[in-house]
Amino acid sequence: MTDPALAAVHSSQGDVSELVSLATKVAGAARSGEQLEVYVYRGAEIDVRAYDGEVESLSSAASAGVGIRVISSGRQGFAYAGSLDDHVVAETLAEARDNVAFATEDPLVALAEPDGVPAADIDVWDESVLTTPTTRKVDLALELERLTRGADSRIRQVSSADYGDVAAEAAIATSAGIVASSRRTICSVSTEAIAGEGPESQSGYGFDATRGPDSLDLERAAADATRRAVRMLGATKAKSGRCVVVLDPRVTSTLLAIVSSALSGEAVIKGRSMFAGRVGEAVADVAVTLVDDPTDIRSFGASAYDAEGLACRRNVLVDAGVLQGFVYDSTSARRAGTSSTASAVRGGYATTPGAGCRALLLSPGTLGEAEILAAVGEALYVQSVTGVHSGVNPVSGDFSVGAEGLMVRNGEWAEPVREVTIASTLQRMLQSVLHIGLDVEWLPGVAAGQTLAIDAMSLSGS
Amino acid sequence: MGQVTDPSSAALVEPPVVERVLAAATARGAEFAEVFAEDRRGISAFLDDGKVEELSSGRDRGAGVRVVVGETTGYAHTADLSEAGLLAAAEAAAAVAREGGAPQKVVSVQARSVPRHSPVEVYPEDVAKARKIELLGRADETARAEGGAISQVSVNYADSRRRLLVANTDGVLVSDDQVRSRFFVSCVAVGDTGMQTGYQSEAFTVGFEMFEVVDVEETARKAARRALVKLSARPAPSGELPVVLARGSGGVLFHEACGHGLEADHIVKDASVYVGQVGAKVASPLVTLVDDGTVPREWGTSSIDDEGRPAQRNVLIEQGELTDYMWDFLRARKEGRSSSGNGRRQSYRHLPMVRMTNTFLLNGDEDPEEIVAQTPSGVFVAQLGGGQVNTTTGDFVFGTTEAYLIENGHVTEPLRDANLIGNGPEVLRRIDAVAGDFAMMPGTCGKDGQSVPVGCGQPTLRVSAITVGGTAGD
Repeated sequence: MTDPALAAVHSSQGDVSELVSLATKVAGAARSGEQLEVYVYRGAEIDVRAYDGEVESLSSAASAGVGIRVISSGRQGFAYAGSLDDHVVAETLAEARDNVAFATEDPLVALAEPDGVPAADIDVWDESVLTTPTTRKVDLALELERLTRGADSRIRQVSSADYGDVAAEAAIATSAGIVASSRRTICSVSTEAIAGEGPESQSGYGFDATRGPDSLDLERAAADATRRAVRMLGATKAKSGRCVVVLDPRVTSTLLAIVSSALSGEAVIKGRSMFAGRVGEAVADVAVTLVDDPTDIRSFGASAYDAEGLACRRNVLVDAGVLQGFVYDSTSARRAGTSSTASAVRGGYATTPGAGCRALLLSPGTLGEAEILAAVGEALYVQSVTGVHSGVNPVSGDFSVGAEGLMVRNGEWAEPVREVTIASTLQRMLQSVLHIGLDVEWLPGVAAGQTLAIDAMSLSGS
Repeated sequence: MGQVTDPSSAALVEPPVVERVLAAATARGAEFAEVFAEDRRGISAFLDDGKVEELSSGRDRGAGVRVVVGETTGYAHTADLSEAGLLAAAEAAAAVAREGGAPQKVVSVQARSVPRHSPVEVYPEDVAKARKIELLGRADETARAEGGAISQVSVNYADSRRRLLVANTDGVLVSDDQVRSRFFVSCVAVGDTGMQTGYQSEAFTVGFEMFEVVDVEETARKAARRALVKLSARPAPSGELPVVLARGSGGVLFHEACGHGLEADHIVKDASVYVGQVGAKVASPLVTLVDDGTVPREWGTSSIDDEGRPAQRNVLIEQGELTDYMWDFLRARKEGRSSSGNGRRQSYRHLPMVRMTNTFLLNGDEDPEEIVAQTPSGVFVAQLGGGQVNTTTGDFVFGTTEAYLIENGHVTEPLRDANLIGNGPEVLRRIDAVAGDFAMMPGTCGKDGQSVPVGCGQPTLRVSAITVGGTAGD
């Protein structure tokens, strides 16, 4: 069966060996005294948006690119291009070489050296992303829109109902002898419901993400969006004061992602982390254990290799509240006098590697959501936050975000609240953890999330 | 002018090829088809920790084909600008027209020229890489010299040149050549109370001549002073207070409080508090708000939008009364009107949507110092970071990166960073003083996963009450 929407997809998509041989061939061109790292990527994507019972848009695309690092006498040059054509790759290599001379010499700048750690067997590729007909993906988006619209009589509008998938493959080869490849698929549905009563409207967002289209839970995404929109109807500003805050798992995931940026060895070595110089100290409540483990297949960040081609491994960062260490790529590790934790990450072929977490998990506690609400009694339950990029400073630790959610009274959800902020410092929040939920949700992004109760945050409202 | 002799000014795709691709895109019965071709080159140089860490060069070129059938849009993109590559993308995009039936259109396009609002004097590729690198070290040295407490400095220089070709079945064929330059300094200061940060960003739709007006040393000093001053900052207040926003970055308030809510894609889906409000008083009479993609040199300026529509000036709010929304091709077509030149996209890999360009509040006639003097107590915001809005409810936040207390009509102690939160229509009505000291600031606007350069601007103004999300009182 032919599927015209997939006409642009690479004919050999799924077969990484082609990318590996390309990367290896280019890396083999290293001159004497020169280190060369070649990262090649290709991917296919489909995005469908449904609106009002129709397909609003259907985008299909195949893209590919190369990023080349050249290091010579401790100087690094980089270039990238959005194509894998031979002449473009050759131009990119020449440009990366030309850029070397402009960097400051630093003997610690070098490629990763193979460290003998065997790679875990990580299978996060679901072929059905490529074999499922586009018509079926379109139907998923339409069905999601129908489910969201019909879930509650107060749903006025479904402003977006999307299906999206990506099949991505990458290979890396270096003159230091590293050859690694990976491939992954991810499918997601997301929907935004607008609930209304009288002149008032409230919105709620729901989604589900999996490796293949058949396991997507459309009902869950639709119900989540609807519930979040409807329960905000009638929301008002709350009075300012200090209170316990209970975070929804998605918000916890966002919070952990911010904390993870201060656990980057690169941030530490450059004096941009609130955790610098605190290894061995209690930086969090004793209940807090934080592990970054990209070999955990449940995580969306699961990967056999890091962005420099070393085998990913489990790194314990905080154990029972005590800071154990940081995540490093090879350059930040050398600067810190340690070895890479195989935590190099990169934002695609257009950027060089840096150090970061991929699969952070806060060790679950013993209570579910309802039990945590009962245990705290009075609190603000936060279903979503805004302004994370504008009001959180991971260097100083200052934390101030817009919040909406529900008051918790006598251990139960009470009136909805909007247009307030919650504020504290990241340092104080980590020390003030009251309860960690057992309801872990594996979410796209660098961290999983669960219900989390934090004591004594400032609520600013009227 | 440089662009006349520039060999790279050859058409990205030849007109006869464009015509055949558009015809193919309509083969299954599409009513409208468009080719968007883009060739982007850029250089970015980073200095961090006292070292030039890397000079990075990038090249990205490709085209997207868009097909519209009824209410449905099909889109496909390719990095292959050959006729075969473009025809494959056209076929993929046209697949949304499942039934077909209508005959393939004969398409004829006519090249037209558009005025350039930001003529380029010095193309970045004509400037030696060494000259760009040299700027980094000067900024680093200057920032560190501002005070011993400055513990870390990072500096970024970036330039980009984006050549575009947009053609569609309405016969449009236009090109643009957009050159942008940016310089960014970020500092960390360390003191008894821990670490603080400060940054300063300069960005314009110009070439390397930007550095005739942007003083890299002054940029570095501003960033360093912000970090240093916050070392003695106290926690921001918590609760509703009068807030004075200094000229420039306070424009983020309008971007969030009403800018996004006036984008027609939110309006047609009933997902904005401003639905049905044209002609209504939505703001204080002191508010006249404009979105204008033609302002020379500004960060959100271009000759055409990413649908080939010439950039234009649109008055959104006039003396408090809502005059119009912002429109792209699709949303305008639905309403039987024309686009306002606000159809933008991040790259050829993305579908266009309604976006702001340069959005700003016009001058009032008060004196900025008087506004502070007439504020007994409150917060003075000297620099804002970003913001975010829920267009459905109108609730929005924006963050301070340099702010002070106002006590007895005087700017006094520095405050730690915090977000402010308000509701768009309520806050617009509470603007009770506007000065005459207009300034613009560059920013990056994110929407639905796409980032585009935008400008924000305003004179110094006061909001009589808005919630400040600090922790003071703990």
